[in-house]
Amino acid sequence: MEIREQILNALEKNSRIDLAELAVRLGVSEPEVANEIADMEKEHIICGYNTLINWDKTSDEKVTALIEVRVTPQRDLGYDAIAERIYKYEEITSMYLMSGGFDFTVIIEGKSMKSVANFVAMKLAPLDSVQSCATHFVLKKYKDYGVVFDEEKKDERVKITL
Amino acid sequence: MRKMLSDKITSIQPSGIRKFFDIVNDMPDAISLGVGEPDFDTPWNVREEGIYALEQGKTFYTSNAGLMPLREEICNYLARKYNLNYEPKKQVLVTIGGSEAIDIGLRCLVDPGDEVLIPEPCYVSYLPCAVMADAKPVPIELKEENSFKLTPEELEAAITDKTKVLIMPFPNNPTGAVMTKEDLLKLVPIIIKHDLAVISDEIYSELTYTGTRHYSIAEFEGMKERTIVINGFSKAFAMTGWRLGYACGPEKIISQMTKLHQFSIMCAPTNSQFAAVEAMRNCDRDVAGMVDAYNQRRRFMLSEFEKMGLPCFTPEGAFYIFPSIKKFGMSSDEFATRLLKEQKLAVVPGTAFGASGEGHVRISYAYSIENLKKGLERIQAFIDTL
Repeated sequence: MEIREQILNALEKNSRIDLAELAVRLGVSEPEVANEIADMEKEHIICGYNTLINWDKTSDEKVTALIEVRVTPQRDLGYDAIAERIYKYEEITSMYLMSGGFDFTVIIEGKSMKSVANFVAMKLAPLDSVQSCATHFVLKKYKDYGVVFDEEKKDERVKITL
Repeated sequence: MRKMLSDKITSIQPSGIRKFFDIVNDMPDAISLGVGEPDFDTPWNVREEGIYALEQGKTFYTSNAGLMPLREEICNYLARKYNLNYEPKKQVLVTIGGSEAIDIGLRCLVDPGDEVLIPEPCYVSYLPCAVMADAKPVPIELKEENSFKLTPEELEAAITDKTKVLIMPFPNNPTGAVMTKEDLLKLVPIIIKHDLAVISDEIYSELTYTGTRHYSIAEFEGMKERTIVINGFSKAFAMTGWRLGYACGPEKIISQMTKLHQFSIMCAPTNSQFAAVEAMRNCDRDVAGMVDAYNQRRRFMLSEFEKMGLPCFTPEGAFYIFPSIKKFGMSSDEFATRLLKEQKLAVVPGTAFGASGEGHVRISYAYSIENLKKGLERIQAFIDTL
């Protein structure tokens, strides 16, 4: 595997990894790892470093909804212009253009169902190009970004085998 | 009452590690770097296939030699990976792990008094299996200065007119040594000159870190007809508990092994066989991911032992590292026992794998980096007291 791919794989699992340790693990020098990361940041291959949080365990109320949006694409601009008008709202955490029965998947986080409903009714649905919205609320998150929430893994292997 | 047990079975020493096991088991708070199996789960698609086979009621015996689709996949796999070409109908036997193949392979090859060459340190079953087959096990002590490889000189020196079988345990447990194409080529003329049979235990073949692929001794001119290649699913696919391995070789040998397998085992677990077909077909990516993780841990462990000042042979295969503890003036048994008692960390004394393992301990890196760090801290704390 290319060194870049290996660095990305490691960072994707743990963006706080110690670079000296990562360098040892990949068999290269620490400056080499640091330079590759800096270059990938410049090239927007690495677009940011997030923390994966299980909000259910905090006292903060949060709801997540997935909205299927149908739109009318605009002449010369296709989907991108209307997408931009939608994703600029900071409530929206992710947005994808889809193949199939609708156009956009919009993932939104809000303080309450009411605030999300308000957003859809007042901001999203009234947009000229938007034909329809179907809002699905997330009831429980099991797994996000490859991490299973609430998983405690016990090592059940026999302690010594030859 | 008359003597109940055979002299043969009572003559076999229980694995040297037995009493050590007992101490470990009495210490629930001990942590371990002593396992010989992957820390990864079997890839989900393989487990799913096993579940599906159960749902479909595929709970019958298979043919003695194993499911034909599995034998075909094994042949495809060996051809694709290691340039080995076998005929699924006649040259493949699916076994209960590689261990059964070692046992019945030896029993099919030797007569009483035949000598079996066993390069040590190595996995613990060759010697007792040779004894139970009435052969005489002859250890060859591999040396660290030769990177724990078997050299042509060592092989030649160990051969007598009674030598029948050479065991080739590479990539090696516990040292992590591998034999390159060039290393193997030097042994081939000697093996052929003395007309030896070879049992090549290649269970760690997928787990090599040299940058080149694993080579099997059976690949070389004149070797296929005298070699049993043993491999399996445990290590590469993290399938130890499924108990599934295989032996490939000349029809003459495989048919006899199949006969013995039929009488003692019947067939390998059907459910595992169905799951294994999926492993052979669709797991290249999973295996590559695991190899990559092991390799990162291997580099990490080497660097940590270097920082600790523990001299360490650079392993190029399997998932073990075999540092030297000679400078502390203790036997490996004493070192491991004290490390366990004083720091509650279990590692395996090198002598569990043969006399030539003295002065070393085997440390497994089939653990997450986080757990390796915890173990390393305890080793550091222990050697600080010495």
